[in-house]
Amino acid sequence: MPTNPFSSFGDRKKRRIDDLAATAGDAERQPADDAKVGAAATGSAQHAGNGGTQGPTVEDAGAIAGGAGQSLLASAWERLRRDKVFLVGAGITLVFVLLALFAPLIAPHDPTKGLLLNQVRQMTNPVPGAQPGFPLGGDTVGRDLLSRLIVGSRQTLIVGVFATLGGLAGGLTLGTLAGALGGWVDSFVMRAVDVMLSIPSLLLAISIAALAPEPSQITLIIAIAVVQVPIFARLLRGSLLAQRSSDHVLAARALGVRPVSIIFRHMLPNALGPVIVQATLVLATSIIDAAALSFLGLGNPDDRQPEWGAMLGTAQQYLGDYPHLAVFPALCIIVVALGFTLMGESLREALDPKSRR
Amino acid sequence: MTQIVDATSESKRGRRSDGPLLEVRDLSVTFTRRGEQPFTAVDGVSFDVSPGQTVGLVGESGCGKSVTSLAIMGLLPHRGNRIEGEVLFEGTDLLKLGDREMNDRRGREVGMIFQDPLSSLNPVIPLGVQVAEVLERHKGMSRKSALVVGQEMIEKVGIPDPTRRLKDYPHQLSGGMRQRVLIAIALACEPRLLIADEPTTALDVTIQAQILALLSELVEGSGTALIMITHDLGVVAGLCDEVNVLYGGRIVERAERHALFARPHHPYTNGLLASIPSLESARGDRLTPIPGSVADNLPWTGSCAFAPRCFNAIPICRQTTPELVEDRGRSLRCHNPVGMDE
Repeated sequence: MPTNPFSSFGDRKKRRIDDLAATAGDAERQPADDAKVGAAATGSAQHAGNGGTQGPTVEDAGAIAGGAGQSLLASAWERLRRDKVFLVGAGITLVFVLLALFAPLIAPHDPTKGLLLNQVRQMTNPVPGAQPGFPLGGDTVGRDLLSRLIVGSRQTLIVGVFATLGGLAGGLTLGTLAGALGGWVDSFVMRAVDVMLSIPSLLLAISIAALAPEPSQITLIIAIAVVQVPIFARLLRGSLLAQRSSDHVLAARALGVRPVSIIFRHMLPNALGPVIVQATLVLATSIIDAAALSFLGLGNPDDRQPEWGAMLGTAQQYLGDYPHLAVFPALCIIVVALGFTLMGESLREALDPKSRR
Repeated sequence: MTQIVDATSESKRGRRSDGPLLEVRDLSVTFTRRGEQPFTAVDGVSFDVSPGQTVGLVGESGCGKSVTSLAIMGLLPHRGNRIEGEVLFEGTDLLKLGDREMNDRRGREVGMIFQDPLSSLNPVIPLGVQVAEVLERHKGMSRKSALVVGQEMIEKVGIPDPTRRLKDYPHQLSGGMRQRVLIAIALACEPRLLIADEPTTALDVTIQAQILALLSELVEGSGTALIMITHDLGVVAGLCDEVNVLYGGRIVERAERHALFARPHHPYTNGLLASIPSLESARGDRLTPIPGSVADNLPWTGSCAFAPRCFNAIPICRQTTPELVEDRGRSLRCHNPVGMDE
């Protein structure tokens, strides 16, 4: 074990990323189907076409389950359907997404109005307790806690999704540059990425968020996205390198296919698999990071938009007397992050040829 | 060289062909790695291919067959490889062409089929698009018309129900079918030279025969020149007009097919032929392998590389390099050949 905790941290991150990248080049069919998953997830027009025509194989999977010619996607789906861990993760994620989408309809009260303000006494009763219509009571300015929790899921989802998308976009760009061009571009990009990976991610996010003149939702998203960029970049570069030496890329070159087409049509779609899997896992860390930054006061300062991390932050002062103020938002964060992690991990396992029985 | 083969293929295809289509002259490929001893994988290989002719490059693993083909195609990375000699394609030296010019010729003038049909197709793209891609690239066709031609090609290589197959993905096809698709792709732009790098190695025997029959049919039909790279002498026997036997990066024997099989002169060729199991041999007979492995090779400078494994070696084999000597239409690089007494 390395003695320096920071260096070991960076190394561990790098190793994990590289292991995941290695799964791209492993099985001959595997990347294909990963990419189809990716296509379905990103919904890009061209690949959605692939995913669409490929659709039937997924349904057919039941009929040919266990057959030698069964595609990896089909068998992965077969396994996922019976995988309790995946079902739990997907269930949590689904509930959370629905909650965020329909928050204003579900929330019993307006989360911005201090409906219980008349019960708040600065000295004797700073937090209104539970009462009919307000099952979790109010917060320090008399707003309904349950409504704020429900509406807070929106902020969390927005920040998590956009930060992941931002990180994905940056990582795909850098990773493609490095993996496709090679040479000094590769060395330059990868050294920069290594430097970023060597800094603990939360520390990096805080530094970036602190650079902004005033905290806002956008700076929060940017800070978290930047932290995810090196992970995606390293991952994509690794799987692109595996693609570069693959037979079908050599065959494409032997046909005189233009280098640009080789990169975007033959290498990239086949290399996206592990990146898509990583994205589901990164969603969870993004949510946690967002909560952490908001907790530290680096998030959206607008109090009218509830955010779990920020709620946790304000609850600090009352932790001794009114722990429920902190417990509920914390539980929300934990459960949602757990949902995404369970889903991502089982997805990774299902698509990893090494872990197949 | 006025060949009858030439005349027939010329009339078939109506191309001017007063000389060989491809002339490989003294091709050498050296792998140079910093801090490592340079390794010469291909060492002064020369051969000609005429239109309509099928030339075999035969040898065991590591003898430089595949490197030769990749060098002709210009597919070896620039870094770490020193490529010398000339590869004249209708008089143009392919080795001197820029990347872009060479890329324009690949797939259009020179096609290639690889040994593993399972991994040589892009798994995420439907077959139709993969066939169409090369037509769009080299013939400037639209996707639509390229797909029409692509379907004709797929039909031509004997794939049933081509309309449906165009939408299929590679993993939905069997190995033999995939190799047919690869042949269709390689021949889509009617290249004048086709290099087949062990096209049947990954297939089972019945499919091998089908693929070889298909290849020879397509090649004869169009006057395409074919370089067949293989370690399988059965493939050579069935298909090639002329055979080059490679050992340790050099051609050790070159002869017309029948002459080579009837009377191999080089002990290595002899050994290769002797190691083929025969139906006539008695049950329980042991195969006769060539002893040793490529790892035992001597350097070609100052000796014959094959000497340590050669049953017919004489002292001079370890003292001087044998030269490739041409005699009555066949060439041989050996100090002490076998079967010369007639």
